[in-house]
Amino acid sequence: MQALFSQLVAGLSLGSILLLAALGLALTFGQMGVINMAHGEFMMAGAYTAFVAQGFIADAGVSLLLAIPIGFLVGGVMGVILEATLIRRMYHRPLDTLLVTWGVALILQQAARDIFGAPNVDVRAPTWLSGSVNLGVAQVPAARLFILALAVAAVVGLSLLLKATPLGRRIRAVVQNRDLAETVGVSTRSTDRLTFFIGSGLAGIAGVALTLLGSTGPTLGTSYIVDAFLVVVAGGIGQIRGAVIAAFGLGLLQATFEYSTTASIAKVMVFVVVVVFLQIRPQGIFSVRTRSLA
Amino acid sequence: MPRLRTRAGVVRATAVLAIAGLVSAGCGSRVGDSGASATSCVDTSGSSVKIGFLNSLSGTMAISEKTVNDSLILAAEQINAGGGVLGKKLEVVTEDGASEPTIFAEKATKLISSNCVAAVFGGWTSSSRKAMLPVFEGANSLLFYPVQYEGLEASPNIFYTGATTNQQIVPALDYLKQKGVTSLFLVGSDYVFPRTANKEIKAYAKANGIEVKGEEYAPLGHTDFTTIVNKVRSAGAGAVFNTLNGDSNVAFFKEYRNAGLTAGAMPVVSVSIAEEEVGGIGVDNLVGQLTAWNYYQTIDTPRNKAFVADFKAKYGQNRVTSDPMEAAYTSLFLWKAIVEKAQSFKTDDVQNAAGGVSYDAPEGTVTVNGENHHIAKTALIGKVGPDGLIYTEWSSGAPVEPDPFLRSYDWAKGLTG
Amino acid sequence: MTALAGKLAGRLPEKLTANSGALLGFVLGALVLLVVAPAVLSDFRLSLLGRFVCFAIVAVGIGLAWGRGGMLTLGQGVFFGLGGYVMAMHLKLADAGPSGVPDFMRLYGSGQLPFWWEPFRSPVVTLLGVVLIPALVAFGLGAAIFRRRVRGAYFAILSQALAVAFATLLTGQVATIGGFNGLNGFRSFFGYNLFDPVNKRMLFYIAAVTLLVMLLIVWQLYRSRYGELLIAVRDQEERVRFLGYDPANIKIVAYVLAAAMAGIAGALFVPLVGIISPANVGVVASIAFVIGVAIGGRATLFGPALGALVVAYAQTTLSESFPSFWTYFQGALFVLVVAFLPGGLSSLVSVRRRQRADAQPSSTEPPSPVQRVEADGPPPPEPLSGVPAGSETSR
Repeated sequence: MQALFSQLVAGLSLGSILLLAALGLALTFGQMGVINMAHGEFMMAGAYTAFVAQGFIADAGVSLLLAIPIGFLVGGVMGVILEATLIRRMYHRPLDTLLVTWGVALILQQAARDIFGAPNVDVRAPTWLSGSVNLGVAQVPAARLFILALAVAAVVGLSLLLKATPLGRRIRAVVQNRDLAETVGVSTRSTDRLTFFIGSGLAGIAGVALTLLGSTGPTLGTSYIVDAFLVVVAGGIGQIRGAVIAAFGLGLLQATFEYSTTASIAKVMVFVVVVVFLQIRPQGIFSVRTRSLA
Repeated sequence: MPRLRTRAGVVRATAVLAIAGLVSAGCGSRVGDSGASATSCVDTSGSSVKIGFLNSLSGTMAISEKTVNDSLILAAEQINAGGGVLGKKLEVVTEDGASEPTIFAEKATKLISSNCVAAVFGGWTSSSRKAMLPVFEGANSLLFYPVQYEGLEASPNIFYTGATTNQQIVPALDYLKQKGVTSLFLVGSDYVFPRTANKEIKAYAKANGIEVKGEEYAPLGHTDFTTIVNKVRSAGAGAVFNTLNGDSNVAFFKEYRNAGLTAGAMPVVSVSIAEEEVGGIGVDNLVGQLTAWNYYQTIDTPRNKAFVADFKAKYGQNRVTSDPMEAAYTSLFLWKAIVEKAQSFKTDDVQNAAGGVSYDAPEGTVTVNGENHHIAKTALIGKVGPDGLIYTEWSSGAPVEPDPFLRSYDWAKGLTG
Repeated sequence: MTALAGKLAGRLPEKLTANSGALLGFVLGALVLLVVAPAVLSDFRLSLLGRFVCFAIVAVGIGLAWGRGGMLTLGQGVFFGLGGYVMAMHLKLADAGPSGVPDFMRLYGSGQLPFWWEPFRSPVVTLLGVVLIPALVAFGLGAAIFRRRVRGAYFAILSQALAVAFATLLTGQVATIGGFNGLNGFRSFFGYNLFDPVNKRMLFYIAAVTLLVMLLIVWQLYRSRYGELLIAVRDQEERVRFLGYDPANIKIVAYVLAAAMAGIAGALFVPLVGIISPANVGVVASIAFVIGVAIGGRATLFGPALGALVVAYAQTTLSESFPSFWTYFQGALFVLVVAFLPGGLSSLVSVRRRQRADAQPSSTEPPSPVQRVEADGPPPPEPLSGVPAGSETSR
């Protein structure tokens, strides 16, 4: 019984990580149809931000809490630069955007290697986040609870932004019908830029959160990018709900598979499940556009 | 119809050239013929001799392998300062294995056939060694491999200066048994070394009444250990035998600590964590945990103190020395000693002269076993201290003769298949 | 001189000049690969070139599937690996003897041969398997994906996830397929000693000839009706559907061919390089194949192969001397080419030609309808007003 509950927690935790990683991607993909392969590297940038913050601030807890908004800014700024210089020129060429952002990802990875060194660096976790919390039925590592809370906060924050603010309304308008939104007077250019800022900023926050779990290195992004994409593909575009359900679904699925087999086979099985799911419902769980997949 | 003519013309032209090419290539020897094999291109006529250093300077293993590269360079400098080998200075060619076995094999081929080195020093993971083995045997060159590994191998073209099973894993098991541990949980990365090591551990456990409560593998580079640590906790074994490698160790120990497991209640014995990795994993996550090696920086002999001092002088006072670094450093001096005994750089001469050659290494005196090309080493169990260094808990006393195929142990019968 | 050449180029029937261009390319390629390279290069460099040729074969397939078919496949490593592992299994079994078991199985496994290894003892089954197994997998995937009208970026991501999944699966199976180590240590190739330099040369020739044959096949395809259909599907899939064709079938054929080519390349890679491992299958390897195609010119005939050869050569030589600089350069080149020169570097040729043609004083006869004369296929489409080319997102 304890094992079952622990696995449930493991699945939710994995799902929350996937959600943090994929949330920004879902936003930019839904908004602009742009696949940003450098998203993983924005996460890496966020993680290194936490590392650098720890160099300046001795207390691990304070540096972590400060690193979250700073990581958001770092990721966001990088995203805006990428959008303004490259992606803006490549509308109507989504496949090429994918490749271009992959090239950018390569460059960013090498830059991280040159600046911080190829070996991984250690970001110390604050004392109030090490050890576990006793939830009665099972022990849950405090760090993972923190990440779960962070993911929930991110989703709530994003939903509020989309529903209650003028920017959010503009974003939703552009996602639903870009041409009509332009006709009505929404500046798609600036909306795109802001969307990219927010999406990439979310990647930065995800990176900061990841420093609690493993080591921080130049290849941090590549480990999460494919899973994040699967979440976006399965979740459908245009709505945050899809990404949330897909992330937790895939996380729970992977944890379940992993318990009975090995981590490797679990990954393969998750992929098979996604492909089969897309057979039944090619537009993903929730989609704003219903007729064709794209 | 010009179109047809041109297209057919293209086909014909290409076909002619193709057939000409194939015919001119001819066919070489078949299997079983006393066929041709590559000849050595090593040039020792001048005042220097080339050697190759092949380590991962990037990728998941870089954290460990860069340090080996550093100590190899220190050894080369010291040898050159002392006059070189047979009067010739060492000219070092460095290549990056990038933590991929395929690239190790490729760079090894390059070092041998293109740079014409007399010997190659390096490799780390057993995968990289397995990938390089056919290259060195096929070209009849020499590899000096400095890392502990799972045994069951004794190539004439490789010299193993790291520990084999009976010099590291078996003493660790003896130590645990002595401490009264009656059950084990095995956690490892999914590749050659952990799989083979765990096979050996299970054979030992069966013969000594130790229960193996679980055996889990994670892909190399895997960083999510929630499930595995969950399984470890619910199995409740007396100790964990850890054969994880690379970044996985960082995530594993963070998770271990977060799950509330302590070194006192369920100690983890690791065979891939040395002084260098402690910093990357975090001392707080590791303090009190056990390691099994043949060398620690804290060894209190004049020879070791000199080695540590030289290393820190060259690379910085906050650098540490570890077993693989020391084994690599020793391997270069051992090669020098063997070459000087053989008075030749040729592979065959080195192989014939190797048996019995000794060297006063930082870990103690080591002697080469001419039959299996390993060296006799003292086994040491260590505990991670709060300062991040490892302190000897238990020693085997005298050097243990290497027995890579575990022929002297009854419980290992049937392992080599 | 150039004015005369320009006029002549404008006068000759387009197809003959296109043929001549291709003919020139083939003859040149055959000369360089089969005559010049073996004479000039050392054995070590020649085997390196052999490896690059294998990558070029994969690139030709990607040029077909992506350049002409619009399917950005980021998972060609899977098919490369399938062909490679099949060949590797056969070579291991051949080395082990008529009823023997490969060495690594005795060490890491139970010493029993898994049943699915047995068929590959036979050379015939192996050769068939090298082509058919990747083709069948591609067929299954293509049918599942294209019939549901999954395309564009979604297809790219799924193919990438497939590469990850397959690489992970392989890495996890140490006892049965070598795991992270992969398979290596081959001694013979269909009876011939692999350590003999003469045999290694023969392998290079086989690879080079295969590349030329693949180029021929693809050239034939491009000039056929199927080639036109494929381009139509790439540019306007819906319209093709309205015209009565099933784009899924058209795409499946191209995808299967690309997979078969990758499989053959993998099979050639194994004896040439001597090792195959999950590293040759995963994401990094798969995308590396695509980079060469993008830089060379994805829709042209020789572009993908040339791009792959050049990129692989540059990678091996530059990355040794300047590892950091090489990555920046490769990334930057990739970004710039894809963003600003989507036709690849080959399109520079046509741009120059266009510039030269535009600079001509107008001739007395009316200009021929096609100003540009391409040696290798139509240029990448330009967006017509209001209808974005290659668009996967209809808004």
